[in-house]
Parts: sequence; C-alpha cells; structure tokens
Amino acid sequence: MSDIIFKLTGGVHPPQNKHQSIQRPIAQADVPAQLVIPMSQHIGPPSTPIVTVGQRVLKGQCIATAESFEGAFVHASTSGKVLAIEERPHNHASGMPALSIVIESDGNDEWQRMPAMENWPQCDRQTLLQRIHEAGVIGMGGAGFPAASKLATDKPIHTLVMNGAECEPYITSDQMLMTERAEELILSCELMMHVLGASKTLFGIEDNKPEAIEAIKAAHAKRGNDKIHIVVIPTVYPSGGSKQLIQILTGNEVPSSGHSSDLGIIMQNVATAVAAYRAIVFGEPSISRITTLTGEALAAPQNIEALVGTPLSALLEQAGWQQNLADRIIIGGPMMGYTVTDTQLPVTKTTNCILVPTRAELPPPPPAQACIRCGLCAEACPASLLPQQLYWFSRAGEHDKLESHNLFDCIECGACSYSCPSNIPLVQYYRASKAEIRQARRDAKQAEQSKRRFEARQARLQRLEEEKTAQRAARAEAAKKRLEEANTSASVVDPIQAAIERAAAKRTSAAAPATEAVDMIAKLEKRLTAAKIKLASAESAGSDKLVPLQEAVDKLTQQLAEAQQQAGDKP
Amino acid sequence: MSLLNVTSPHAHGQLSTAKVMQLVVLATLPGIAALVGVFGAGVLINLVIAAVASLACEAAILSLRGRPVSFYLQDFSALVTAVLLAISLPPYAPWWVVVIGAVFAIGVAKQLYGGLGYNPFNPAMAAYVVLLISLPVQMTQWGAPFAAQPMGLAEAMASNILQHVDAVTSATPLDALKQGIDTLSGATGHIGGYGWEWVNAGFLLGGLFLMWRGIFSWHAPVSMLAALAAMAFLFPNDALSRVDSILFHLFSGASMFGAFFIITDPVSSATTHRGKLIFGGLIGALVYSIRHWGNYPDAVAFAVMLLNLAAPFIDQYTQPRTFGHGGTPS
Repeated sequence: MSDIIFKLTGGVHPPQNKHQSIQRPIAQADVPAQLVIPMSQHIGPPSTPIVTVGQRVLKGQCIATAESFEGAFVHASTSGKVLAIEERPHNHASGMPALSIVIESDGNDEWQRMPAMENWPQCDRQTLLQRIHEAGVIGMGGAGFPAASKLATDKPIHTLVMNGAECEPYITSDQMLMTERAEELILSCELMMHVLGASKTLFGIEDNKPEAIEAIKAAHAKRGNDKIHIVVIPTVYPSGGSKQLIQILTGNEVPSSGHSSDLGIIMQNVATAVAAYRAIVFGEPSISRITTLTGEALAAPQNIEALVGTPLSALLEQAGWQQNLADRIIIGGPMMGYTVTDTQLPVTKTTNCILVPTRAELPPPPPAQACIRCGLCAEACPASLLPQQLYWFSRAGEHDKLESHNLFDCIECGACSYSCPSNIPLVQYYRASKAEIRQARRDAKQAEQSKRRFEARQARLQRLEEEKTAQRAARAEAAKKRLEEANTSASVVDPIQAAIERAAAKRTSAAAPATEAVDMIAKLEKRLTAAKIKLASAESAGSDKLVPLQEAVDKLTQQLAEAQQQAGDKP
Repeated sequence: MSLLNVTSPHAHGQLSTAKVMQLVVLATLPGIAALVGVFGAGVLINLVIAAVASLACEAAILSLRGRPVSFYLQDFSALVTAVLLAISLPPYAPWWVVVIGAVFAIGVAKQLYGGLGYNPFNPAMAAYVVLLISLPVQMTQWGAPFAAQPMGLAEAMASNILQHVDAVTSATPLDALKQGIDTLSGATGHIGGYGWEWVNAGFLLGGLFLMWRGIFSWHAPVSMLAALAAMAFLFPNDALSRVDSILFHLFSGASMFGAFFIITDPVSSATTHRGKLIFGGLIGALVYSIRHWGNYPDAVAFAVMLLNLAAPFIDQYTQPRTFGHGGTPS
C-alpha cells in the first residue's frame, strides 16, 4: 500500500539525537510519596476540585470536574489522602502557579476504575465522547487540548490523521509507545474512527523510527483493517505540527482562520488516542504518561511511564542525572520546549520529554549579530512567512505591517531562529509582538467599551435634562395659562374694588377662625410626627437626648389636643 | 549550579554569518585565479590593499560609533566587500584608487547607513561607481589579456604602489564591441570576450559552489543571466550573430561576477523568491540596455544600484502566499 505524500513547506533538519533514549524499554516510575496535581494541565478553563482536604481518594478517582467539553476532568494518580488544595508552582511555559491538589500516597496504589465499555463498537458517539471527557483525556502531544472537545466536532469528518511524526529532536515517548503498544494503537485508531464516523485513517510516522514503523505495520497486518493507512514520511522538522502533517499526508492546507475539521480531518496524537482507548476499554482515566528522559546530563536516558503529579526530581534521579553537568532542564524538545529551574514541578499530562543537556551539548545562545536578510529563515518557515521582514517590523513596533505580513500564522516552531546564521532569536520577537498586538487589541476594545459607556451616560443625562426642561416648560406654560385665566377673570375687576374686597375679607377672617384652627392642627400633627421619628431614631441609636425629645413629644401632643379641643368648640 | 532559563529554540544550526562570508570569499578564488592568469598578479595587490583599508576603516568607524570592534570584525563582511571591490577594479589601478574605493565602500556606503544589514546599496558597487565617475582614466585602464610578458607579483607591486612601470593597457572586449566591427577581431575568444571568458567561467564556478551550499537561491542569478541572454538575442550587435551575441554577453565583463557575487548580496537585494526573479531580471535587462545603447561599455554596477533602490518596493509587492491563505493546492 503506497500513499502519496506531499512536501512540507520549508522545514529544517536539526540533529535527531533520538537513539540515546530508545536503548531501554519503557520503565515504570516509582509512586512518589507526594503528588501535586495541577488543575490547569489542559487548554481551557481550570478544573474545579470536588474533594476536600483530608479526604481519602483512590487511584483513578475523579478529584476535579469540568462543566463543559472545553474543560477537563482530573483524577487521583494514586490512592492516598488529600493534603492540600492550593496554588503550587506549575510545570507550564507561562511559569505561573496553578491551583493544585496535593495527594499524600498511602503506598497501596488502590484502583477505582470506571466501568469498562468493552462493547464500545455498539456504543453511540455521545456515550463515548462523555467517557473520554470524564476520563480527563487531553492532547498529549504537548498542546493539551481536551480530546472530547476536538472529537465532538459537528462538521462531517472523513479522515482521522494519527500523529506519530514526533518531529522534535530527542523526544521518543511516542516512538516507544508505537513500538511497544502497537496493537493497542491500531485498536485506538478504530475507536477514534468510530467516534468520528471517519472512513479512513492516515497514520503518519517519520522515517527515522524504523522499529516503530515495523511494529505498527506488523500490528496493522495482524488486524487487517484496510481503512487504516500507515504512511511513512520523510524526517523534517516540523512535520509533526498539525497543519504541517495534514499538508504532508493530504496536500491540503488548513485555512488560516479555520480548523482541520473544515477539511473533514481530525488529528490525534498517538498517546492521546491510546489514553482515550484505555479510558473506554479498561475504564482507566488519564493519570499517567510516557515521558522521555534524555540529554547528556543523564546517565541512563530512557522513557518512563510516570504518574501525573510526580515531581521531576524523582524521574531525574531514576534516570541518573548528574546535577553538576546539567545546564538547563527543558520540558519538551530543543526546538519548542521551555526551561524550568525548579525540579519539584510535577509531571503533567503533556510532559512528553524532560531534556537535560550539558553545556557542550546545547550551548547557550551566542550574542545576535546583524540581520543580513539572507532569507534562510524564509526558506525554513513552514508557514511561508517572511521572518526577516517580520523581524524588522517587530523591532520597529509596526503592528499593522506585522499583521499584513500574517504574523499570526506563525506557529512558533523556531525553524527560523534555528537557521539564522546571525543567531537572532527571531521567534522571541514574534512572541513578544503577538503579545503586544493582543494587548493593544484588548486595550482598543476596552477603550471602545469605555467610550460607548461614556456616550450612553452622556445621552442619558441629556435626555433627563431635556425631560426636566420640558416638564419645567410645561409647568411654566400651565402657570402662565392659569395666570392668564386669572387675569382674564380678574381684569374686569377694578383693582381698587379688589383691594377693598381683600380688606373686607381680612376683617371677616377673624370671624372665621375655623380654617386657621385646621391649619394649626395640621402643622402640629406634622411637627409631632417629626418629633416621634426623631425620638425613635434616638432610641435605636442609644442617644442621650432621649429625655428632652420625649418632653418635646409630650408637649406637642398636648398642644395638638388643645388645638383640636378649640376647633371642636367652634363649630 | 544554576539552571539556565531561556526561551526556545535551544538548538541552533551550524551556519553562521561569518561562515557565510568566508564561503563567499572562498568562492571568489576560481575567478581571482582566472584574473591572475589573464591579467597577471595585479589583482592580488589590489586585494591586499583593499582588505587592509576596508578592515582599518571598519574598525575605526566601529570604535567611533562605540560598537564592539572585534565582535563585528569577526563577521567578515568588511573582507567580503574588500574582495568584491578589488575584483571589480582594473588590476593595475594605482594604490590610492583602491584605498579611496575601500574607504568609501565601508565608511560611506556601509557604516554611515548603520553598518552591516542596513546599507541600501551594495557597498562595493557604490564605491565602484564613485570611482568610475570620479576617476574615469584610472578606472578604464585594463591590461591587455595574456600579455606577452605577464606581470609578476614584484612588477605588479611596482606598478600599483610605486607606479614605476606603466602597465600596458588595452580596450576590453566590451569597449571593442562598442567601438565597432573593425576593432572586434582579437577581442572575442572561444565563446565570450577574449580572456574575459575565463574570468567569467571562474566566477560561474564559484557561484555554482555557493548555490550548491545553499548560500543563496537560484532565482536572482538565473533571472539576471536569462534576461541578459534574452536581450542579447533580441537586440544583437551588428558584428555578432544572435547566438554569438548571447554567449559574448554572458561571458564578458562582469556578467557572471555580477550574477553570482553582486546581485546575490542579501542586504541590498530583494528577499522574496518572486522579488529576486524581478530584481535579477531587471538588472539583466538594464545591463544589456546600457551596454548596447548607453555610454558605458559595462553596466553591472549602475544596474545593481538602480535596483538596490527598488528592492524594498519589490519586496512589498511580492510577498509569498502564506500557508493556509486561499488557493489551497490539492
């Protein structure tokens, strides 16, 4: 079976350095005394702990949940007691701490599996997706994208691409998985195809892993599923990038603004597929992973299956690390990995490699020289960008030019920096510029929102003012009308006559004290109520003015009674 | 022990800018050997004078600018400029012509613009043009190819530095072509200009070596030579058949030197593939136009400088299609 393959755009050929870590079979790491399990191992909202400090948990027991497929469930990697739920240093490129559940191992490693679903070919898609979600399976190739979320696409999918390229130098965790667990992997492909409703699998493996290719091909022949195509691809970095592998296997480019599902393709890393398979067939959640330990500062480079939450130091010791030789600790490979300085950080679901090189092996970056625009970076760029131009724009802070030169299509693979003869850390410039532009966009959005809020407030105030003015005008109008009406009725009356009448009315008012008395009563009632309120508030506040206030109330009550009396006397 | 905390990538390729420059110098050797074989040892004297003057000038200006001198001298770029300039000059040009050229190339054309990577013009070509315009007599005195008594190193030194011996000069084949049919006999060799065909073959060889080593892509040189050939075919001189015209122009003057060592200077040329095709093609067409219709017998330096100016503009309009942006090939 020969499948056509296509050429990767750009690419570089760094020394592979994979043989060191494939000399030994996959070892099992010891269960550490204490595990630190971060709630943010995946891309998406952090998981929510559902256990309490002091609670006993079993291996595989769910300890944190997620509301949607965008999140990920987290499980106890071994049985023991929850020691703490708090922020701990996190094994992450950001270097930011993360909420973590600390478990003290009881040494029993006592399992609590989910019910096995051996009849998965009869299960419907939603059931399987839910299980993959609840088993906490996330992309184990490095990105940590929740697997269920990716598999739950609503677009029609015809092809599953299995990513066994593992193009980063040094890393061999996928290679060892393919070599040692090939049969399980072929079954995982069938499971993934079933979940996706895909009709074929393109299984890409770089040609620098002959043992893995042989094992996979043998397992494939044994299973005899002709929907699965094992495709051996040439070794070139970054062939294992998702867009790159799809290009190599299908010749299609994932649109810049879209996803592979737009092409009817979903890609899964081999380790992710196996984790999903084990979650379904054995009810085992994702609590461990195969990690490559390599680099010249390790006496026994190898692959180790480690529990999530195991401190790096435990694995490093198992691989015989010579601290005095270690120059840096890289999580991931030499092209895209990040350095850590704390050996107590935990292994996470995405820790595919711990690389501990000596200074001679990976020397520190030499000082950058001038860019001579040689264009070697552009030759290496898998996204067909012009890194040398982006570099000038980045240095000049020309955001619009960076965007028109498609900075955001940069996958940060580092091929440009690798090939730059002047040692310019190009990727660093792009990362910084991307962050600046994102910040600028956020700022602009915020400014726009503030502006809109301000304008809305101004409009509201103006409206209120206008309403008030209108009301005032209406009142003035009404008053004027009344005045006019009064004037029209009064204008016929002679002013002198009116004055005489008013004087007469004043004289007679003495004879009509009833109205005065009524007014007086109303006034007194008002004052009495006010005094009573004052008294009540003084009481509740515990004021020392209670006595005079009480006196005033009494006096007013008396006056009111007298006034009522008087009014009553004069009918 | 403290662990290093740096960003990726942690691995780095083997190629360095200094190595690129060294390879370019290395690749000029066949051409230089041909120059020595055809014109005698004069070019070697020029090389030494140009190298000393260039490096001294570079060091002086770097220290004036407060830059780390040895760090920048180690990039070998000043040496490359010196070599390219020395090759361009007549082999028996007086020493001060070479010094003026080197100082102008490094001091003005390179360092005044900000040093390596910032110069809009190819420094060697800028200096060559300045010398050609300012000192036309000294700059057009090329020795006769394969002289009966070729100059040795001592005589060349005497001629260039002490100016004791008057070098025998003659018109170059391109001069002869310009002057007319009568003078052409004796100016043509097997395929190109008499003697010059060897020089061009030497630079072609060196250029192919650099291309094989991946120092530059094929786009600019092939485009320039193709354009030059096309123009020579379309508008041949009366003295030459169309096919002879093509070979004569490809293997005379600075054709190969320009195509492989001048227009491939990354700093001052277009950087995109399509841009390089346009850049090289226009230079080829301009070279022929000036040779055929213009006043100067050769024109590589002028053509290169004109297109140096256009390079940023060409780059702006020849951006390659970014991955995932439309036109997905299937």
